[in-house]
Amino acid sequence: MDQAANTGGRGLKEAGQSATLDPKSPFSVSGLTVAYDRKPVLWNASFTAPEGELTAIVGPNGAGKSTFLKGSLGLIPKLSGEVGVFGRPIDEARRDIAYVPQRSSVDWDFPATALDVVTMGLYRRIGWLRWPGRRDKERAHEMLALVGMEAFADRQIGQLSGGQQQRVFLARALAQDARVYLMDEPFAGVDAATERAIVDVLKKLLSEGKTVLVVHHDLETVPVYFSHVLFLNGGTVAAGPVADAFTAENLQKTYGGRLAATQLAALDEAAAMKG
Amino acid sequence: MSAEIFLQFDFPSILLGSLAALCCGLLGNFLVLRRQSLMGDAISHVVLPGIVLGFLITGTLDSLPMMLGAGFAALVSVGLIELVRRLGKVEPGAAMGVVFTSMFAAGVLLLEQTGASGVHIDVEHALYGNLESAIWLEAAAWGDLLRPEILATLPVSVLRLVVVNMAVIAFILAFYKELKLVSFDPLFADTLGISSKLVGTLLIVMVAVAAVAAFDAVGSILVIAMFICPAATARLLTDRLSTQLVLSGVVAFSSGIIGYVFAAFGPVWLGHDMSVSAAGMIAVVAGLIQVVAMVFAPRYGVIARRRMQRA
Repeated sequence: MDQAANTGGRGLKEAGQSATLDPKSPFSVSGLTVAYDRKPVLWNASFTAPEGELTAIVGPNGAGKSTFLKGSLGLIPKLSGEVGVFGRPIDEARRDIAYVPQRSSVDWDFPATALDVVTMGLYRRIGWLRWPGRRDKERAHEMLALVGMEAFADRQIGQLSGGQQQRVFLARALAQDARVYLMDEPFAGVDAATERAIVDVLKKLLSEGKTVLVVHHDLETVPVYFSHVLFLNGGTVAAGPVADAFTAENLQKTYGGRLAATQLAALDEAAAMKG
Repeated sequence: MSAEIFLQFDFPSILLGSLAALCCGLLGNFLVLRRQSLMGDAISHVVLPGIVLGFLITGTLDSLPMMLGAGFAALVSVGLIELVRRLGKVEPGAAMGVVFTSMFAAGVLLLEQTGASGVHIDVEHALYGNLESAIWLEAAAWGDLLRPEILATLPVSVLRLVVVNMAVIAFILAFYKELKLVSFDPLFADTLGISSKLVGTLLIVMVAVAAVAAFDAVGSILVIAMFICPAATARLLTDRLSTQLVLSGVVAFSSGIIGYVFAAFGPVWLGHDMSVSAAGMIAVVAGLIQVVAMVFAPRYGVIARRRMQRA
């Protein structure tokens, strides 16, 4: 199994690399294959993110959406695949990429304040052997204000609500001032105020010409918030502008029979927007 | 008790215990936050076979070969833990448990089989250390504490711990933000290009250095207690990492002082004529301080939480 995945991966790499990596795209992935304990989770996934657009990554549970982000960022080992950030390998383009992990990926009991966590977004810029200065803290305060959290700057992160924690993570990514934003389920389980704050941030990023990819669960809001969509289920199923790609056919292909009536309602909405 | 006797016999022991506690206690904060508390435990145990090997190879009780042997054993154990974790597909805690108990047992066997136990590295010393053996005969009066040329004659184990403590504090100050980031969110650190693996390895190396230096002085029991107790106590008292580090240092250092005083003089106060193991007492004091914090801590203590629930 492992062997097969390896050779298969290598074959893909030889066949498909660079040729499919668009040097102009802010974020392009080609032939990404990732396995956990020899079980492939993602097979030959490819995607070229359109610059300055907001892309939703959708797919059923276990489809490999988070794995797609983590694998392309090099956070988990991949069997094969190429990732380009404006044509450069990811390791040379760290400053251009900001990542918002799932809220559940860290221990919120950690002795840190909201401001501490946001300041972490600046650590790369501050550099080794140096401490954050007054200006870094001011910038972190500004980022907290952008997500409506300035009043909670000195609060220990464990005493924030889930939505507030999510906004802290968002502010940390904003502090990075990157060109590409990858967000893993920022809307998961948040309150209405946080949802609005996230949408405002997404609009702001778009107005600044940033490229944003968001792992998203709620199919109904895909046509409302996003301009592009990437369907994943163990690999790329379909991708494109919401107007063209967000179709019943693609949804069926991605979710199989698991599509609920409420989710199909989203299609009507999309159709209405198109019309 | 005269100043002379205190300075010559009690002072170096107190310093030894407190300094050993301090360097382990400070690093312990990051082990506890990274849920690697057992790592301190593991490393302090595997130091034993390393020290025995160092002795067997060189045939001397010089501290350098022993420390090298111990450092080497610590690194081997870190590699073995990773290996067992990957090949055995077990959780890190289980991997550490397997590796450090086997290596410690191997150390005990080596000691007994080779006759190394005839000299002063016996099992008891490995467990409880040798705090009381530190003496400073050059000291005669309080004024000597301010005289560099007399201070330089402090036992070599004390001086070594002074150096190790300075190295540990410098390490934490230099890499404070990286240690904080990597302990909180290692994946995010990697996306920034700040390698969580590199920072984690540096931390373990420092833990090994502190464990080796402290083990030689106070034995493995105190080393384990000091990696965990002060940090866990300090965590209950504050929500800021910087404050936690300072508090853990205070708790560790004062456990060293209070523990020694209790061990050396407590039994006499109670009418016995023998003193008890200082290293053991230091660990007990650290444990007691933790219990007090668990009950009375302002926000996380049992009493405060009861009161919050009622309100």
